[in-house]
Amino acid sequence: MAKEKPDLVYGTLDMLILKSLQPDPRHGLAIADRIQQMSKEILRVEQGSLYPALYRLEAQGWIKAEWGVSDNNRRARYYELTAAGRKQLTAEKEHWSRITKGINLVLAGT
Amino acid sequence: MPHFRAWFSRFVGLFIKRKRDEQMRDEMQAHLELLTQRKMAEGMEPGVARTAALREFGGLEQIKEAAREQRVWLSADQFWQDLRFGARMLLRSPGFSALAILCLTLGIGTNAAVFSWIEGILIRPYPLVAHQDRMFALNATTRRMPGYTGLSYPEFLDLEKDSTLFESFIIDRIMGTTLSVGDRAERATGGIVSANYFDALGVQPILGRGFRPEEGSGRNAHPVTVIGYGTWKDRYGGDPDIIGRTQILNGVQHTIIGVAPEQFHGTFIGYSFSFWVPASMQETFDTTGYKLEDRGARWIEGYAFLKPGVTRQQGDAELHAIAQRLEKDYPETNRGHDLALSPLWKTPFNQASNMSSTLGITMAVVFFVLLIACANVSNLLLARSLLRRHEMTMRLALGAGRRRLIQQLFTEGLLLALIAAAGGIAVAYWCRNALVLSFPSPAAGIVIDFPGQIDWRVLAVSAAVCILATLGFALVPAIQASHVDLSGALKTEAGGVLSGSSRSRLRSGLVLVQVSLSFVLLAGTGLLLQSLQRMQNASPGFSTDVIVSGADLFSAGYNLERARTFQVQLLDRVRDIPGVESATLARLVPFSYGVFSSAPLEIDCYQPAPDEQLNLSYNEVAEDYFKTLSIPIAAGREFQRTDDEKAVPVAIINETMATKYWAGKDPIGQRFRLKDRWLQIVGVAKNVNYENKLELPRSFFYVPVRQNFFVSNNLLIRTRETPGAIRNALAREVKALDPTLAPTAPFRIQEQVDRKGYTQRLATTLIAIFGAMALFLAAIGLYGVMSYSVSQGTRELGLRMALGASASDLLRMVVSRGLRLTVAGIGIGAIAALSLTRLMGNLLYKVSPHDPISFGLALVVMITVAFIACFLPARRATRIDPVRALRV
Repeated sequence: MAKEKPDLVYGTLDMLILKSLQPDPRHGLAIADRIQQMSKEILRVEQGSLYPALYRLEAQGWIKAEWGVSDNNRRARYYELTAAGRKQLTAEKEHWSRITKGINLVLAGT
Repeated sequence: MPHFRAWFSRFVGLFIKRKRDEQMRDEMQAHLELLTQRKMAEGMEPGVARTAALREFGGLEQIKEAAREQRVWLSADQFWQDLRFGARMLLRSPGFSALAILCLTLGIGTNAAVFSWIEGILIRPYPLVAHQDRMFALNATTRRMPGYTGLSYPEFLDLEKDSTLFESFIIDRIMGTTLSVGDRAERATGGIVSANYFDALGVQPILGRGFRPEEGSGRNAHPVTVIGYGTWKDRYGGDPDIIGRTQILNGVQHTIIGVAPEQFHGTFIGYSFSFWVPASMQETFDTTGYKLEDRGARWIEGYAFLKPGVTRQQGDAELHAIAQRLEKDYPETNRGHDLALSPLWKTPFNQASNMSSTLGITMAVVFFVLLIACANVSNLLLARSLLRRHEMTMRLALGAGRRRLIQQLFTEGLLLALIAAAGGIAVAYWCRNALVLSFPSPAAGIVIDFPGQIDWRVLAVSAAVCILATLGFALVPAIQASHVDLSGALKTEAGGVLSGSSRSRLRSGLVLVQVSLSFVLLAGTGLLLQSLQRMQNASPGFSTDVIVSGADLFSAGYNLERARTFQVQLLDRVRDIPGVESATLARLVPFSYGVFSSAPLEIDCYQPAPDEQLNLSYNEVAEDYFKTLSIPIAAGREFQRTDDEKAVPVAIINETMATKYWAGKDPIGQRFRLKDRWLQIVGVAKNVNYENKLELPRSFFYVPVRQNFFVSNNLLIRTRETPGAIRNALAREVKALDPTLAPTAPFRIQEQVDRKGYTQRLATTLIAIFGAMALFLAAIGLYGVMSYSVSQGTRELGLRMALGASASDLLRMVVSRGLRLTVAGIGIGAIAALSLTRLMGNLLYKVSPHDPISFGLALVVMITVAFIACFLPARRATRIDPVRALRV
């Protein structure tokens, strides 16, 4: 059972994937790149572990996939946010900011 | 909804798994290529780039597996895998599979068959009736009188008028007649029914119509009949223009107005009716006279339909209230008379109550058979799990969870049970009419009907049995198998014949259960066999060699005067036939299905209790009746020729009646009033059985037939000739008196006596068959365990031999271990049997439920079978070559 790499907070991968698909559709490798780039190289995603998460999100109906052609003319499967996915992303973002706020308060306390 | 979506997507995934797998592979491949290309662009060699890409991607197969879990319904997918794997395993050891499936088929099949009989005979006996759940038998009783005492027609009308909680009441009185179509004359069973019969049941005739309301009333006013499907097909060749044709029934032309549907056999459990006539025709079919206006004549059998939503208690309360009102209004006829509802399986006036105790016990017996079969399969699985230990160890070592292993073994068990259940239902389907086979038809033309019914309830019960069985037989081996000790499994288990590893203790435990269950069944079978034998040997108190015949004058349309002349002359002629020792007439033959006359009595010098209804049964017989049937006269005299209409009315009472009503006095010369006449007692006869051998002694009396004449009487003949030999002589005498008549086929009373013992014989047959099955299964179990332990203990046996044990020592050792198991099982079984056989109470005849002979017999049979089952493996043990055994 492959789990996400420990340097990612458990359970956040789904949210990061959803975010990385906003606004443009991307394929698996590009999603990994995008997360790495947006986090200024702090977060590294083990590329293989993306796929179980992608299929999970697809099964939930939050993203949909289509075969397409990459920038350098390679076949790749592109993922795109659905309306339900956008709503889910908003919800997860709110949830996350509340949690981190709470955690920060605790850590900042004396 | 996302949860549902995900679930649905995974469910779909089950079916398009391969396609999705390919897609996933493609996608990951594409990803790797992109990554490799990027590495190469960074300046790596192609091979190095590929390796680096793979490393960065992560473990490809693990990721695929993890991804798959997101895409298909995992447990269903595994179930499917297990099922296919299980099927392969079964095919790999066909011997094991066949034996296991055979055991389970026997277990599940017998349960399904017996349940289908219970369903078809007791629970839903009338498949075409719309609301069987609201249908109840009307049970009419009289205080201080045993059993069902019947309803009168005026009471039936009162019920229809006064009740508010009932949708309808119907009458259905069974009767027989001779049905002649063309030159074929056969006995046929029919029903006298209320005019609402077909409407209330919701049964639509397939041709013509049912009865109209007005056809129910008016003395003999509506000679119309609805015929059964079988009659229509067999006797009328399925004539489509049958409606409107006439048929003579009991001397009266009846118009055929309808044909009943194929599956409708009437509403009398055990019989298939050939025709129905409305209640207005009662007198035509009842030799004892017109009864529609007689409140004292209780001849009706019937059913009630509750309105929807009304409980049985409410219905009972209303019936009781009506009965009490009737008792107040008509004390003369209704004293102590009460009404209640009976569920159909307890219907007091047909075969239901007999069948329910028989089938109830049979159900318990087949459940035992199922348990024994399950124990057998469990044993087989345990034995095989040792062979599969390598596989199990491998699976565990490769990371399979214990739960997963148990799940797989269960799936295999379920597969076995499913195959067996399919076979079992086929068995039940073949057996659905098996009960009829053992039921002798009372006369040619009368159709006996005991159908099983395979419907969704039977299928549901079979499925439940199947799952229960799986749990029962697969649970123990599955848990056992999952407890493989990984390190210990590498060493070979050196099991011994005498050593008790937990596995062999378990197997012995299962055999113990089997032996004890079979012992219970053997003891039960023994009791029933004994009781059947005693019942067959018991004398009913009269000679059953007597031959019964007669001429059906009633059906031939004779009036009373002609019938009297005919019968008196016939009796004289028969007495002159060579070989005839004596002959007599009787309205009813003992042990027949007819109903004895009965009427309220008034007895001189006997004051009945205020709520006591003096209503006794009696028979109308001619002179020489007691001589012909060899019933001893205890006091006074037998009837004589001179006891005729011109002489003083007389009666002969039985001993019970004498001691009850004339206690301490001499009843000879005393009087009692029957209807409007005072009868003088001229004799006291010994008690006999009147209807069956199980009945308790009861008051009964006889009146001379010459003083109480009926159109049809039975001719009873005492002769050394056989019924077949006397037939021609009889036919000659009958023809001499009326060339258009033929005598009914002569038979010995013994035949009727045997027929009345049918329930006991059926119970004995069924339980003997299932008991034998159980014994056989238990023997297989014992044999399996013993031969397994011999093969496992080869080393030990070899060692013992090498150390000087002789062949007979080994034989004794193995056999005695098997017999120790058996004796322990018998001990448990005997304790169980002592408490269980008491439940057979009403099937046993003069046999104690703890009868030592039956238990002893069961013991001998069990030990013998066990000895054989142990002896065969034991003999194999003596042939072990010690050199080879020790080298292994």
